[in-house]
Amino acid sequence: MIEPDSHRFDTRALHAGQRPDPVTGSRAVPIHQTTSFVFDSVDHASGLFNLEISGHLYSRISNPTVAVLEERIASLEGGVGGVCTSSGQAAFHLALATILGAGDHVVASRNIYGGSHNMLNLTMPRFGITTTFVDPRDPQAFAEAIRPETRLVFAETLGNPGIEVLDIAAVADVAHGAGLPLAVDSTFATPYLIRPIEHGADIVIHSVTKFLGGHGVAIGGIVVDGGRFDWAADGKFPTLSEPYDGYHGITFTEEFGPAALSMRARAEGLRDFGGCMSPANAFYLLQGVETLPVRMARHVENTLRVIDMLDGHDAVSWISHPAHPSHPDHDLAKRLYPKGAGAILSFGVHGGRDAGRKFIEAVDLASHLANVGDAKTLVIHPGSTTHQQMSAEDLAAAGIGEELVRLSVGLEDPDDICDDLSRALRASQR
Amino acid sequence: MKFQVDDLTVNAATGAVSIERDEVADAPLVVLLHGAGMDRTVWSQQTRWLAHHDTRALAVDLPGHGGSEGPAITSIGELAAWTARLAEALGGPVHLVGHSMGAFIALEAAAATPDRIASVVLMGVGAAMPVHPDLQTAADADDPLAAALMAGWMHGPDQRFGLNPTPGMSMTGTSRAVIEACPPGVLGPDLAACAAYGGAVDAATVLTCPVTIILGTLDRMTPRKAAQPLLDAMPSATIVELPDSGHAPMMEEPGAVRRVLGDHLGRLAA
Repeated sequence: MIEPDSHRFDTRALHAGQRPDPVTGSRAVPIHQTTSFVFDSVDHASGLFNLEISGHLYSRISNPTVAVLEERIASLEGGVGGVCTSSGQAAFHLALATILGAGDHVVASRNIYGGSHNMLNLTMPRFGITTTFVDPRDPQAFAEAIRPETRLVFAETLGNPGIEVLDIAAVADVAHGAGLPLAVDSTFATPYLIRPIEHGADIVIHSVTKFLGGHGVAIGGIVVDGGRFDWAADGKFPTLSEPYDGYHGITFTEEFGPAALSMRARAEGLRDFGGCMSPANAFYLLQGVETLPVRMARHVENTLRVIDMLDGHDAVSWISHPAHPSHPDHDLAKRLYPKGAGAILSFGVHGGRDAGRKFIEAVDLASHLANVGDAKTLVIHPGSTTHQQMSAEDLAAAGIGEELVRLSVGLEDPDDICDDLSRALRASQR
Repeated sequence: MKFQVDDLTVNAATGAVSIERDEVADAPLVVLLHGAGMDRTVWSQQTRWLAHHDTRALAVDLPGHGGSEGPAITSIGELAAWTARLAEALGGPVHLVGHSMGAFIALEAAAATPDRIASVVLMGVGAAMPVHPDLQTAADADDPLAAALMAGWMHGPDQRFGLNPTPGMSMTGTSRAVIEACPPGVLGPDLAACAAYGGAVDAATVLTCPVTIILGTLDRMTPRKAAQPLLDAMPSATIVELPDSGHAPMMEEPGAVRRVLGDHLGRLAA
């Protein structure tokens, strides 16, 4: 049987969304550092503003450099398009704001990034959108939490910080059975490790800041539109399937079909909320995406070395990573993540909060900061930083103990990473 | 909008502009016909623009496709006859704009029912449209491979790299999603209808209405040379060749296609 004529993943990481500049011959993606774009005529301007034609008019809505990153990540994920944002959180908000309105309800995994938990648990209710949090390992829990007013199911492909592995197809089946889309945050995995749309997800959200960018130099996010969900099936999603006065009565599903979500997210979401990505940041992040396949392979390889070291260390009380046989999702991860389940893990230090603090203070090579997915190894104590706004009850439900340390394994020589961690662990016990 | 043909509902995108407004009552009726396994949204770069430029534009979903009721019609001749009935239902001669299978339908409709068809614009068209046997097999089985094969072939080689005229969108990804959304049991017969249709040159020979043909230099599904017998049969047709287009110029060079449509309709109005 003949094969589809398309470039393979590693090639698309370097080339998708770009051709050499026809005017200058520039091989690298140029940074189009401009706020706005000259119109050919009044008719051209009118057409752009009215969604009659496509093109760039103002960099809050779209920009040629940003568009390359959007198309590249959309291609890597197997989606129909992407909308880049100023941060991963802006991407999450853009997805929510494009689909939901007051009175709507979300069913979400309880094991998600603290900022996303805050958004759903604390901020969105002020706008009339409520969320029920469930165990991501239990697809039936998602089903039981769905109400008549539910409009979205949300989870992370690899949870934070416990690296809970989402059975994407099982949860997608639950969502689709109820006529709902499944949105996933796949920041920890990147499309190199899993492409959620192939497993049934409808929307993929990334903090591009992390492994996709990979170098810790720029903040950015993206909403990737899978293009397979039927938004017009039963009237549940009026922002997409009913006329919108913002563009003289346009109905996005009617005019744009599979691109309805991305078109509305850009035409309304970036126009009104304005959480756009800067062209300079898009350029920085593109440099990272170009080497995503080789970097992620090394991230995963180093992670396995670190897990081996931690596994034999007396100061370590437990390790949480799907590659470790003790992880509840070990078998699921082997099936869904043949290239590895990412480079973020957590572990407990014997001695609780004090020992954890000593460990953090003692690391030398690893950096103590609030980020993951850098080329450099990073550590953090979530209970006092990223998840500090969560109540003790919510922390416990999310499996975050006081002794928990989260590690984002970088690209240094794995022996140096292991030496640094081992030495800090010894210091933690003094 | 939705309306009835043969007592079945037909869905059409009108660029969110009603074709029933008094101020456009005399404007040309332009009906855009999609290709095999696709739907109205392949014309999203033209429909709304036409609707705002002195036409009554309808990008229709063929029966059994998109939002139109089925069953799908399985021969070009019958689809052409349906198009003539559609023109009648809309109340006037229509200008047909057809892509690929839609171009065959437009050609046959204009030849068979010249009183209903005011003019035709064809793109992604040849004298014949043979279908690769692996594609036909996959389509007959409703295998998603068919959508992947078509999305790979229907666009010019540059689209393997991308740089979509619509910011942030993947052209091949979007085309694949459109075809994947085709209801089961429709794409296979569509492709079979294209492969079986042998009347293109005969239809072209008897055409009396104005014709514009848009050729994509990089078209791999209906290569440039495959269109030559059609061009020979229509010496008065206006030929426009787009050097950067593959089989789907309305997506790959949407601005050029809009200009061609504007010129075509402008010549008729002059």
